[in-house]
Amino acid sequence: MSNVLVFFDELGEALSSAQKELIAQAGALGEVHIAVGAYTGDPTPALAIDGVQEVYLPEESLPAPEVAVVDLLETSVTESRAVVVLGSATADVTDALARLAVRLDTGLICGAAGISADLVVTKGELAGSYTTTSQLISATAPAAPLVVTFKPNNIDPQRVQTLVTRGEQPEVNVLPVRPSVGGVEILERTAMEVSARPPLTEARIVVAGGRGTDGDFTPLEELADELGAGLGASRAATDAGWIEHAAQVGQTGVTVSPQLYISAGISGAVHQRAGMQTAGTIVAINKDEDAQVFEIADFGVVGDLHEVIPQMIEELRRRKR
Amino acid sequence: MVNAPLHIITLVKWVPDAQLERRYNAEGRIDRSEGVLSELDEYPLEAALHIKEAAQDREVRVTALTMGPAGASTAAKKALQIGADDAYQLTDDALIGADIWATSVALKAAVETATGAAEFESGEPEYLVLTGMASEEGESGAVPAQLAERLGAHVVTYATALDLEAERLVVTRSGGTESQKVAVTMPAVVSVTDQANDPRYPNFKAIMAAKKKPLTRWTLADIDLRPEQVGAMVRVLRTDARPPRTAGEIITDEGDAGVKIVEFLVKERLL
Repeated sequence: MSNVLVFFDELGEALSSAQKELIAQAGALGEVHIAVGAYTGDPTPALAIDGVQEVYLPEESLPAPEVAVVDLLETSVTESRAVVVLGSATADVTDALARLAVRLDTGLICGAAGISADLVVTKGELAGSYTTTSQLISATAPAAPLVVTFKPNNIDPQRVQTLVTRGEQPEVNVLPVRPSVGGVEILERTAMEVSARPPLTEARIVVAGGRGTDGDFTPLEELADELGAGLGASRAATDAGWIEHAAQVGQTGVTVSPQLYISAGISGAVHQRAGMQTAGTIVAINKDEDAQVFEIADFGVVGDLHEVIPQMIEELRRRKR
Repeated sequence: MVNAPLHIITLVKWVPDAQLERRYNAEGRIDRSEGVLSELDEYPLEAALHIKEAAQDREVRVTALTMGPAGASTAAKKALQIGADDAYQLTDDALIGADIWATSVALKAAVETATGAAEFESGEPEYLVLTGMASEEGESGAVPAQLAERLGAHVVTYATALDLEAERLVVTRSGGTESQKVAVTMPAVVSVTDQANDPRYPNFKAIMAAKKKPLTRWTLADIDLRPEQVGAMVRVLRTDARPPRTAGEIITDEGDAGVKIVEFLVKERLL
């Protein structure tokens, strides 16, 4: 068993589902050590998890894009003697881990789906149309740790629950790292609207709409809430201003890999498909029987979403009663 | 005090056309025979031109830099047509199979050579590197931070708006859970998202004018690197094509399709 360092760029009172999944990935590799960048209060109770040995904290919270977080990571690697460093494939974590890999003179693999005990990493490439298997070329001895970022939803949530169980409080190490001075200064921060729906990239189910909604996302919102799903959209819908840009699923938007993807009123052009074709199951509703989305749908309905979706919602509610 | 001139280096990449089927070749590398200028690299280029056009009394030059095989010169030429002042292309067989690590090593040397070669009338320039939010095929988004670390520059990723002020650049960015407005001093590396602007198309006049602009080709030796300095850190063991998705059951709505979908979801244990 080897030591693993997990990096959380921020930690609230409870772990997010993606953070739990990372701990599950790490626990399968060895003893888990965790470095936390930004935090409020005492983050250790949330990290009282079986298998988590030590936690590394900076003297002061380091919110992104604080560059000093790389100093924290560098010291944490030395302290933990980690052979692999794991983080989520989000912008701020990728920035920190990319810089860490330069400092440690080691390789970086981004957006991984899985990692084996001998540190062989699998990941989807070209929008999920390929799977690559890769590993670190150890040029230095002793080898510097491999740095990997993970996409969420690669481990079944129920399995994560059984793998991540409460344990004793880990040992806390406060490292002599403080925010840097000069360079990048945060002038303003605005919290993004927190939706009650799960974030698109983490959602187990995604409901997405396109041109065929004619600008009315109400039925899709209702369906998403009924299913506990994330809400997505095609580029046509976001460009038309019908829904915020962040909802765009596709080549230049968000890539999602949910267990179920419900596509409504989306033609399924190649740009859209690139963002969702690794979904477990695809259900498509479109008025146009020639829509490309039907070529990849597991279940397709040629019909009007404004009639089909309300009926779906009604049927879902009926079955719940 | 007169503002120092600004040299903006915009990274542009030649990528496989996402409208076509993209594939790996027998050597486990992405097939680059049919390419386009990465759509995501048009936004940083537009941002650079905006900064140049808005700069009053400040000398600004926009340089396009691309790293890639022979065909990548088309990306550099397209950047010149869109409005870059000059362009550089780094091509070397030793860069085939470059990973994030090797790419950032090569780009660091190329950026330093490009900024070192430029002469400005109004003094010593500051420099700013603009990139797309990610490459369209690698999708890691990790090169900007690695490049900044190597250059000793500041980095701001996922910019949605850029505003050049006298001694700093003010950038709006979308972080994970919040939107931030940050000020960054040069030298800096900033990645620009597709929400930042609407890229322009080159017109006939711009296309003709681009023919007169300098495009310089480099090998590794021209930027003082040896092949062994750009060896990859990550080895790809295998590439497997995912089995293509095939169409499942398609029905036409006869007034009961909503119920049928729910029945399908129950059968597949998805609820």
